[in-house]
Amino acid sequence: MLTTETKNEILAELAHSETNRMACIESLKIAQRQSGWVSDEELCEVAQLLGLTPDEVDGVATFYNLIRRRPVGRHVILLCASVSCWVMGYAALRAGLAQTLGVEPGQTTPDGRFTVLENQCLGACDHAPVLMIDNDLYRDVDAEKLGDILARYA
Amino acid sequence: MPTLYIDDKPHTVGDGLNLLEACLSLGFNVPYFCWHPALGSVGACRQCAVKSFQNEQDKRGRIVMACMTAASEGTRISLDDPEVKSFRAGVIEWLMTSHPHDCPVCDEGGECHLQDMTVMCGHNYRDYRFPKRTHRNQNLGPFINHEMNRCIQCYRCVRYYRDYAGGRDFDAQGSNSRVYFGRHQDGALESEFSGNLVEVCPTGVFTDKTQKSHYTRRWDLQTAPSICVHCGAGCNITPGERYGTLRRIRNRYNGEVNGYFLCDRGRYGYEFVNGGHRARVAMRRAEPGSLVPTAKPLALPRIGSLLAGGARCIGIGSPRASLESNYALRKLVGAENFFAGVTAAHQSLTELTVHLLERGPAQTPSMREMAQADAVLVLGEDLTNTAPRIALALRQSVLNAPMKAAASMGIPDWNDGALRVVLQDQKGPFFIAAPDATRLDDIATETFRAAPDDIARLGFSVAHLLDPKAPEVPGLDENTRQLADRIAKTLAAAERPLVVSGPSLGSASVLSAAAAVANALSTETRRAGLSLTAPECNTLGAGLLGGGTLEEAERALSEGGAELVIILENDLYRRADHVFVDKLLGAAKQVILIDHTLNRTASHADYFLPAATFAEGDGTLVNSEGRGQRCIQVFMPTGDVQESWRWLRDLGAAAGKWPQTEWENIDVIVADIAAAFPMLKGVRDAAPLASFRIAGFKIPRQSHRYSGRTAMRAKMDVSEPGIPTDPDSPLTFSMEGFAGPAPASLASFFWAPGWNSVQSINKFQEEIGGALMGGDPGVRLIAPELEPGRAEYPGAIPEAFAPRPGKWMVVPMYHIHGSDEMSMLSAAVAERAPAPHIALSPEDAQLLGLGEGEMAELNIDGEILVLQVAVHAALPKGVAGLPAGLPGMEPVEIPAWGAVARRVGS
Amino acid sequence: MAEFNQQSDPDKRPLTAKVQPDGRPLSLKDCEKAGGYRAVRAMLGGMSPGDVTQRVKDSGLRGRGGAGFPTGSKWSFVPMGDNAPRPKYLVVNADEMEPGTFKDRLLLESDPHQLVEGVIIAAYAIQADIAYIFLRGEYVLAEERLKTALAELRAAGLVGKNILGSGCSLEVHLHTSAGRYICGEETALINALEGRRANPRSKPPFPQVCGLRGKPTIVNNVETLCNLPHILNNGADWFKGLSLTPNGGTKIYGASGKVRRPGLWELPMGTPAREILEEYAGGMRDGMKLRAIIPGGASTDFLLESQLDVPMDFDTVAQAGSRMGTGTMIVLDDQTCPVGMVHNLMRFFAHESCGWCTPCREGLPWVEKILAAMERGEGQPGDLEQLARHVTALGMGLTYCALAPGAMEPLGSGLKLFRDDFERHIRDKRCPWS
Ligand SMILES: Cc1cc2nc3c(=O)[nH]c(=O)nc-3n(C[C@H](O)[C@H](O)[C@H](O)COP(=O)(O)O)c2cc1C
Ligand code: SF4
Ligand code: FES
Repeated sequence: MLTTETKNEILAELAHSETNRMACIESLKIAQRQSGWVSDEELCEVAQLLGLTPDEVDGVATFYNLIRRRPVGRHVILLCASVSCWVMGYAALRAGLAQTLGVEPGQTTPDGRFTVLENQCLGACDHAPVLMIDNDLYRDVDAEKLGDILARYA
Repeated sequence: MPTLYIDDKPHTVGDGLNLLEACLSLGFNVPYFCWHPALGSVGACRQCAVKSFQNEQDKRGRIVMACMTAASEGTRISLDDPEVKSFRAGVIEWLMTSHPHDCPVCDEGGECHLQDMTVMCGHNYRDYRFPKRTHRNQNLGPFINHEMNRCIQCYRCVRYYRDYAGGRDFDAQGSNSRVYFGRHQDGALESEFSGNLVEVCPTGVFTDKTQKSHYTRRWDLQTAPSICVHCGAGCNITPGERYGTLRRIRNRYNGEVNGYFLCDRGRYGYEFVNGGHRARVAMRRAEPGSLVPTAKPLALPRIGSLLAGGARCIGIGSPRASLESNYALRKLVGAENFFAGVTAAHQSLTELTVHLLERGPAQTPSMREMAQADAVLVLGEDLTNTAPRIALALRQSVLNAPMKAAASMGIPDWNDGALRVVLQDQKGPFFIAAPDATRLDDIATETFRAAPDDIARLGFSVAHLLDPKAPEVPGLDENTRQLADRIAKTLAAAERPLVVSGPSLGSASVLSAAAAVANALSTETRRAGLSLTAPECNTLGAGLLGGGTLEEAERALSEGGAELVIILENDLYRRADHVFVDKLLGAAKQVILIDHTLNRTASHADYFLPAATFAEGDGTLVNSEGRGQRCIQVFMPTGDVQESWRWLRDLGAAAGKWPQTEWENIDVIVADIAAAFPMLKGVRDAAPLASFRIAGFKIPRQSHRYSGRTAMRAKMDVSEPGIPTDPDSPLTFSMEGFAGPAPASLASFFWAPGWNSVQSINKFQEEIGGALMGGDPGVRLIAPELEPGRAEYPGAIPEAFAPRPGKWMVVPMYHIHGSDEMSMLSAAVAERAPAPHIALSPEDAQLLGLGEGEMAELNIDGEILVLQVAVHAALPKGVAGLPAGLPGMEPVEIPAWGAVARRVGS
Repeated sequence: MAEFNQQSDPDKRPLTAKVQPDGRPLSLKDCEKAGGYRAVRAMLGGMSPGDVTQRVKDSGLRGRGGAGFPTGSKWSFVPMGDNAPRPKYLVVNADEMEPGTFKDRLLLESDPHQLVEGVIIAAYAIQADIAYIFLRGEYVLAEERLKTALAELRAAGLVGKNILGSGCSLEVHLHTSAGRYICGEETALINALEGRRANPRSKPPFPQVCGLRGKPTIVNNVETLCNLPHILNNGADWFKGLSLTPNGGTKIYGASGKVRRPGLWELPMGTPAREILEEYAGGMRDGMKLRAIIPGGASTDFLLESQLDVPMDFDTVAQAGSRMGTGTMIVLDDQTCPVGMVHNLMRFFAHESCGWCTPCREGLPWVEKILAAMERGEGQPGDLEQLARHVTALGMGLTYCALAPGAMEPLGSGLKLFRDDFERHIRDKRCPWS
């Protein structure tokens, strides 16, 4: 369920949007901030605020990579899987994550702490391999650094 | 008329087409998926690729999408170029990578556009060796089965459902190769036109769920051209039968009427034909309320002697019976003893409708013409519920005005993708005045919610603003006047203005006001359209025959000395309250009912003669456009079932009124009708004569692949029975007959080599999306003269609506699923119908202390109905809505004032 | 924050002149001191929109989003004058999702004011009322910095109503994407801005005439717009003079992969690829040899080591059989499997297909699966023919937009240039590099 603050934030977005429709993606992103993903119920609430149908909003939500329609852990690790990172050691990093966290991309750790997702090129190719945890970008990451980095996220 | 060079041969084609339309119109086979004649081009599937050459010297050429390329003068293309052929085969191969290839168990098999296109492109071996992607299916309600794995992502479904039909509870979901077409969650599709998905989808994703319960392959169906009987719009249909059961209804293209689409009531309402409410043998009353079978040879002379006995016999006709049957009844009992089968209130509205349409100068438009209107005023009708297919046509009209702007930007009307970009949310003028919200409100420029009298006043004031000769509305409030002004200005500025109204509010003033607007709009140079809906499939036909009212019929029985009554296809208990009907039936010494369905009236019948449904007999219906159209018999019924007009002929013969040989076929009785009613002269042209032959052959009702002919009756008799004779049409109950394409008005199905799906209709149209070859079937019977300046403005202007304390103006509310008698006998339709209720405005509900779903008592003239409350936000204060025709709800004569109160003890 | 090589003369590298060693952007005040918004002030003080467009045309500026379309002539399709439809829009394409591309990130993060100044100039030229910056969702730092910059500008009256009392108004909105490569395609981007599924639109109508909400719209890349203040300040000839070839201006080049110093450099347009790789990127890491590069983001053809002397500009790279694209090279070394690299690229494109047209939606996953099979040692005879068939069948004009044809560039060239490697995968039933 969306909190009052989230709803107000969406309403504020609507207020300076040219049309409600144009605020659709932003509203979903706002809703997602609450728990890292958008539940069916929340999606319907967003739709209602926008004056759209849930079917329309879901059509948008499921189109985009960064809107998540399934639960995630407290922190989301976006592992860059694109070409420069692939050349520079994506596989090792992925293996490192699997070893440390015991999950493959697409999965959430049993304690609900991390969800690992593969992401398209994060645009930091000169410092490949890279990953993002929540809003933090980590560059030139290797399996050794991983432990330290992950430790920052409870 | 540009000339194209297709594989170096010149061809002349119509103006403004794209290459795909041009090639198909010329009879070439070009494969396609995402393009649909009613939906236009978006260039998504890339299946229609052709090679295009800049000039004669250009030998390399360039692959283009036919559907996205204008067929302009001098265009040079190749369909046979090896490179483009291999590209097209490749497109099929891609589409097939994840297709389940489950044709043997797929309902679409044998009429699948994907199958046809696959064969056309010559793709037959799969190189793809990886796992297929799979999807979950959804429960989309009682009408549509969903099987997403078969999807080829042509996007037609969303484009139809959303862009064309205005549905918003369905959309494309996901992306890349996992695009999904469905709802956010399982649930019945809300659109009243969802069934068209079955035909729009080129493969088996959306299939007919009702057919599934008694599935038959298309080629095993026996079919004939027919007309939908579930409202007055007169959509053309192709019913399909096997083993004596009607298996499904498909749209039957008619360029003037329904084009490519039906409504869900029409598509799914057919199961009354199969239902347990049918009686298939003649019956007589044994003891009160119980009918027992009687042999036809016994029943006929008995009734005949009653009729010959000298007692006065009256006939009660029906707006749901054919012209022939009503006429036959009228002939049997005499004009003075013929009653139209509806109450005075309804009959007067029908008479007014006929009068207004005949009189002109506004002209009644076909649905194709309605879709072309560029400004529309709807007065008093919730069209989606009273004449659904008309609502779908009108939905398209709002694109016309903005499309002109797009044309000026060089965007052709077929380029749907580009059009939607240019048009955005722009909509042409569309005004709706109705008591409650309607399902077309989303396209309305403005809506006006008011009581019927105020709706009429709005109309009259628009008329007055358009033509000062039209009477002025006294005491009009300022808001309404300003709205009328905006409407008048907009309609006056249009090239093809249209006014749509109808009798659903039971208000003669509303009808007259609509006609006044349309007449005031008609000038020497511009003829406005006036479309008045008709509640039943032959309301207009019966209206043209005239006849007394039910009240008069009752008086004839109770006071006029009439002793016998013959009731034709009519459940009087749906027409009037039971006290009145009991009295009417009680006053008759003998009640003879001819109907196909055992209804409440039947329990009072002394004789019940089983009539043919539309699928089992021939008859002519006149739709709300005034178009006479023929239902041709689909299959031979069992038992004594025959057309009502044949029963009446037999009764007349048994009574010695005419010889046994009277009306030997439908053409004879139609000729009689034409002679007796000059207005109906045209009905002779509603269908070709029964004697019509091609090269001496009749036209088969069965496809050449019809299977099991020799086996299907083997358990009864190993010898193959003879083919039943059909005296009424040039069709035969057989797979034999003329093997080539039949004229479109008689083709029992549309099929062409390589085209097994509904899209074979391409091969039967003069131009893609245009008229059927040889003309669209049906004949327009009403064509008023245009005499400018002759416009008349009949009808009195009602007083403004004034709410009465403690009283509500109760108006009827129609429901596509619910208000129609026969379709409600189909379980799927019944499932979508609302429960009996009374609709109140939020203010009134609050005033009464009633909440949604609570029980209320409605008292109209002492008639008390106990109903659930439904709060309708749009209803004006002082107006209440009562569902019309819902089974289980006593009919009351509305609009009328009624008192509403909380139900005591609840 | 991307590091940036700042050795060369700031006059020769106008786009990055204001980039600070720590990568933090200048405040509006400091920015103005360093010459920021001088062009806007001069423009509002005395240039007509037509003058601006003409100057940009004269400069020969070509779009830096990848296609290299002349910027001034793109603008000139926008209906002008009092009867032009309103509002008109300027949209910044800051979606940078092309794999291997990270140049716009630098400009966005380290000098957001330069971009907004470019936005004001472009908007003025086409008389746009509203500007949208369509920013990649993952660029959170850029988002933060753009927001700060816009707040400063609003407070200073440089955006919003009646800019600097000139009578011109421009609303600038920041839209952060929810992530899809196709959003970089300008018509898909417009659909995304409208809150729809980002399928590309049919052209015509072109966005210049009928774009966002059906109104005239110009979509320009970040780097394209960043050039504008400098062109206005210094003139068209100066701009042309920056370049080594007729293509005009500087270019932000980049290199990633196993070079010594991956990074970005603003250099004269037309700097040869070899020079960029050897002098700026420092050559290959020890023990590695360069086999090939993808010159400008994932959707360009491989160039072999032997082709590296090609000057990097729009026209010359095209003559060499590839495209400059975004100018950010991805290096293939001799210890990396080319099949694996192509597979990685195809996996990206297959995933990012919007799902609208058949060849792209169904063809790319098939290609991806074949390459994955090869990498697993499950390649089969005929696979290469199947891949080659796709290269042809997903060509320009056969699909709805340029995504799939772009994807076919590395695949098609890879098949040609690394034929042996592909065949070995099938023959040996394994990836020789794994
Ligand atoms: C699939 C695809 C992705 C694209 N992605 C981007 C992008 O991320 N950024 C960008 O500026 N242009 C991108 N483009 C090019 C844009 O469509 C457009 O040409 C460009 O933004 C125009 O700006 P310019 O003229 O300033 O280069 C992409 C094009 C395609 C076909
Ligand atoms: S469901 Fe049918 S209509 Fe819709 S995209 Fe798939 S194949 Fe086309
Ligand atoms: S029919 Fe032409 S692209 Fe689909």
